[in-house]
Amino acid sequence: MVKKVIYGNHAVSYGARDARVEVIAAYPITPQTQVVELLSEFCASGELKAKFIKVESEHSAMAACVGASAAGARAFTATSSQGLALMHEMLHWASNARHPIVMANVNRAMGPPWNIWTDQNDSMAQRDTGWMQFYCSTNQEVYDTTLMTFKICENDKVLLPGMLSLDAFVLSHTSEVVDMPPQEEIDEFLPPYKAKYKLDLEDPRAFGSLMFPDWYYELKYKQHTSMEEALKVIEKVGKEFGDHFGRYYGLVEEYRIEDAEIILVVSGTIAQTSKDAVDVLRKEGMKAGLVRMRTFRPFPKEKIRKIASKVNKMIVIDRSISFGSEGAFFTETKACLYNEKDRPEIYGIIIGLGGRDVTVEDIMKIAKKGKEGKFKINEINWWGVKL
Amino acid sequence: MEKEMYEVRFHGRGGQGAVTAATILADAAFREGKDVQAFPIFGVERRGAPVAAFMRMDAKPIDIKTQIYEPDSVVILDPTLLDVIDVTKGLKENGKIIINSSKKATEFKFGKAKVYTIDATKIAMKYGLGAKTNPIVNTAILGAYSKAVGNVGIEAIEEAIGEKVPRKKEENKKAAREAYEETRGE
Amino acid sequence: MKLTIPEEELMYEGTVDCQGCGGALAMRYALKALGKKTFVVIPACCWSIIAGPFPYSALQVPLYHTAFETAAIVSSGIKAGLEMKGIDATVMAWAGDGGTFDIGIQALSGVAERNDDIIYVCYDNEAYMNTGIQRSSATPYKAWTTTTPRNYPKARPKKDIDEILVAHEIPYVATASVAYPEDFIRKLQKAKEIKGTRFIHVLAPCPTGWRSLPEHTIKLARLAVQTNIFPLYEVENGKYKINIKPKNPKPVEEYLKLQGRFRHLTEKDIKEIQEATNKKWKKLLRKEEFF
Repeated sequence: MVKKVIYGNHAVSYGARDARVEVIAAYPITPQTQVVELLSEFCASGELKAKFIKVESEHSAMAACVGASAAGARAFTATSSQGLALMHEMLHWASNARHPIVMANVNRAMGPPWNIWTDQNDSMAQRDTGWMQFYCSTNQEVYDTTLMTFKICENDKVLLPGMLSLDAFVLSHTSEVVDMPPQEEIDEFLPPYKAKYKLDLEDPRAFGSLMFPDWYYELKYKQHTSMEEALKVIEKVGKEFGDHFGRYYGLVEEYRIEDAEIILVVSGTIAQTSKDAVDVLRKEGMKAGLVRMRTFRPFPKEKIRKIASKVNKMIVIDRSISFGSEGAFFTETKACLYNEKDRPEIYGIIIGLGGRDVTVEDIMKIAKKGKEGKFKINEINWWGVKL
Repeated sequence: MEKEMYEVRFHGRGGQGAVTAATILADAAFREGKDVQAFPIFGVERRGAPVAAFMRMDAKPIDIKTQIYEPDSVVILDPTLLDVIDVTKGLKENGKIIINSSKKATEFKFGKAKVYTIDATKIAMKYGLGAKTNPIVNTAILGAYSKAVGNVGIEAIEEAIGEKVPRKKEENKKAAREAYEETRGE
Repeated sequence: MKLTIPEEELMYEGTVDCQGCGGALAMRYALKALGKKTFVVIPACCWSIIAGPFPYSALQVPLYHTAFETAAIVSSGIKAGLEMKGIDATVMAWAGDGGTFDIGIQALSGVAERNDDIIYVCYDNEAYMNTGIQRSSATPYKAWTTTTPRNYPKARPKKDIDEILVAHEIPYVATASVAYPEDFIRKLQKAKEIKGTRFIHVLAPCPTGWRSLPEHTIKLARLAVQTNIFPLYEVENGKYKINIKPKNPKPVEEYLKLQGRFRHLTEKDIKEIQEATNKKWKKLLRKEEFF
C-alpha cells in the first residue's frame, strides 16, 4: 500500500494505471493535461503496458476508444468541457454500441467566454448520451472511482460506458493524500477485461449495421434496463471495494441525516465543504444533514425517495444550469418524488458557476435561509449574483 | 495548533517554484501524520507573473474545498512582490510572514505579524539551484518556514523534497537545511 | 478458365447496392487480396447500406460500422486493441470520398501523421452518393451534383487526396481502378506486408450519381485511366512509380460524354478539362523523374 500526496489529475492517472488499461486515446485540454502527461510517462517507462494513441481531437479520442473496446481491449480517455462537447456524437456511439469505456472528465465551465474553472454544465449536457455518471469529491474518491467504474461498466448486466467527474482545479490541481493498494489486491478486485462481444476472426459478425424500426426500439429498452441494473451493480461494487480496501461507496453518501430536519443535496467538492457547514450548524442547534450525490446516471430514485420520506425540507444545490429550466439535480430530485404521498418542500439553488468559490459560510447561510422558508419555491434561487 | 487547521499562503513569480513549495510542505506535513491539501491560485500561470499557492494541514481529516482567505502564515519567495500586491491580505492577526530577503526581519513592519527573513536567493545560488535571474528558492524558504513556524519538522521537509523535487535532490535538501539553521525572527 | 486473381470469395452475393456499383466490386476484390484475417471498418457511406441491415452482413470477415468522421481512427483503435490482445491481423478502413476527403480528413491526417498501422481504402464515387448525390471535394471540376446544379456546376478542381497523403510521408500511397483488378489486388497484397499507414484510392464509378449506364461502369473505370484523368500510380516511401502510361491517351471527351453528370459541358469546358488533365499528367511524370 502506498500513500502519496498527489493532484486529482494524477489520482486519475494512477487509477487508470492500476486498472491496467490497455488502450488510451486522449487529447490535451486544460485542466486535464496532467492526467495524460503522467499516463504518457507510465506508458513510456513500461510501468503501464498500454497503447497510447495521441489523437488530434477529442472526437477522435472517443472514436479510438470505441475501436479499441470493439476489439475487446480495456479502453480509457480523459477530457473536459469543450473537449467533452466535441466528443458528443461519439458518446452516443459508445453507449449505443455497449462499449464499457471509462472516461475521466474534469468538470470545467463551457465558453465563451473562456473559463477554465469548475462547474458541471459540461457533464450535465451529456446526460442523455447513455453514459453512467459519477461525481467525485476527494482525490481518494477519484482514484477509487476510476477503479470501480471499470468493474461496473464491464459487468455483464451493464456493459455501458462510465464517466467520472472531478472539479477543475479544486480537485484536478489540488494535492491531497491518496492511498493506493498493492497491485495484486487490485488485480483481485478488478480482473482483466474479457469482452462478451467483440470483433472476432473466429466468429465474424457485423456490428452496428442498419436496423429498421422493427428492432431498434428493443435495443433502446435493453440499454435502459441495463442502466437500471447498474443501480444494483454500483452498490455491489462499492461494497466489494470496501471489503477489499476498507473504503465503502454507495450510490450516495449520507452525512448526519438520521434526525435531520433539513437536508442538503449536493455533489462534487461543494459537498465536502458542506459537511463542515453541517457540523457548524449542528453545533449551533440546527438539525442539518447532507446527501452527497455520487451517482447521477442512473439516477438513484429509490435512495432519494427513502431519504426524502423522513424530512420536511430539502435544498438541492446545483453547480449547473439548464437555461430556460433548472439545475440538473434539482429537476431530477423533484421528478422522482412527484408521485410520493409525503414529499418535502424542496428549494433549488444555483451556485458556483464558472468556478466561483463556495464557502462554508455560503452553505450555512443557504441552510438557514432554507430553514426559514425564505427561498422562492417555484423558481430556482441564484446564490451570490452581483447584479 | 494541533487542534485547528493551519493555512499557509505562498507568493512568488511564475517559474520560481511557489506552487511546488506548497506541495512539498503538504507532503512534509503528511509525513508527520497530518491531513493536507495544497493548490495553486487557480489561474493561468506565466513565467514572471505573480502567482500564489496554498496549503492546509490539520490533525483531523480536512473536508473543506475552498480558497484560503485568512492564512495563518504567508511565505514570500520574491520580495519585489511586496510593492506589487498586498501579500498580507487576510493574514490572521498574529500570523507569521517569512520573506526571502537579504534584509533583517526588523526592517519590515507588518502590523502585529511576526516577520522572519532568510536570504534564500543566496542559498539557492550557493547550491546551484536555478539561475541568477531566476533562482529556485522554494526549498530554501521551506527550511525557513520550518524554523519560523515550527509545525513542520525539517527532516520531514527534507524527505518531502526527496519525493517531490525531480532534480538536484541533495542540493535542495541542503538548501532547506541551511536556511533552517540561518533563519532569524525579529 | 484460370483466374489471375485469388479465387476465394469473402463477400456474399445479394449485396444491397445499385446496379453497376463500382464500390461493391471494389470490396469484393479487396477482400480477395487481403484474405480472411481482416477486420473491416465502415463509416457512413454507401457501404453502410450495401453491407446489409440487421441481421445480415455481406462480409465473411468481422465488420465494424462507425460514425462518419471516424473510419481512420476507429481502425487505429481496433488495431491497438488487437495488438494488446496478441492478435495479428489486417485492419482495413473502407470509406467513401466524403468520409475521406471531407469530414474524415482530420482523423485520417492524424492517423497518417502518427503512421498508425492500418490500411485505408477510399472507394471514390466522387460525391455524397448515399445521401443523394451531393458534391464532395472529390467531385470533379464542372460535374453536376444536387448541390452543384447545371447552371452552377462544381467550380473547384478535385482535391488531390493522394498528394495530401504523400505529404504525410507514410510508407505507401497508391491509386487504383475497378477496371484493373490485378493491379488493385497486387497493390493491396503489397500493402498488407507493409507496416504503418497504407492508403489506397480506388475509383469506383456510380451509375446512379454519374448518370451513366450500369453496364458502362468498367468501361468508365478504364477510360478514366486511359485518358490520364485518373492515373494509376504508387508512391512507396516517397518514390513515385506510374503503373500505366497510355502511349496514345484517349481524349477526355470519350470519358465525359458517357456520363450524364457532364452533359452540360460546352466545347470550351471540355478543352479546359483536357488542358488541366494534360498539365496534371505532366506534373506526375516529373514527380516520377525527380522522386
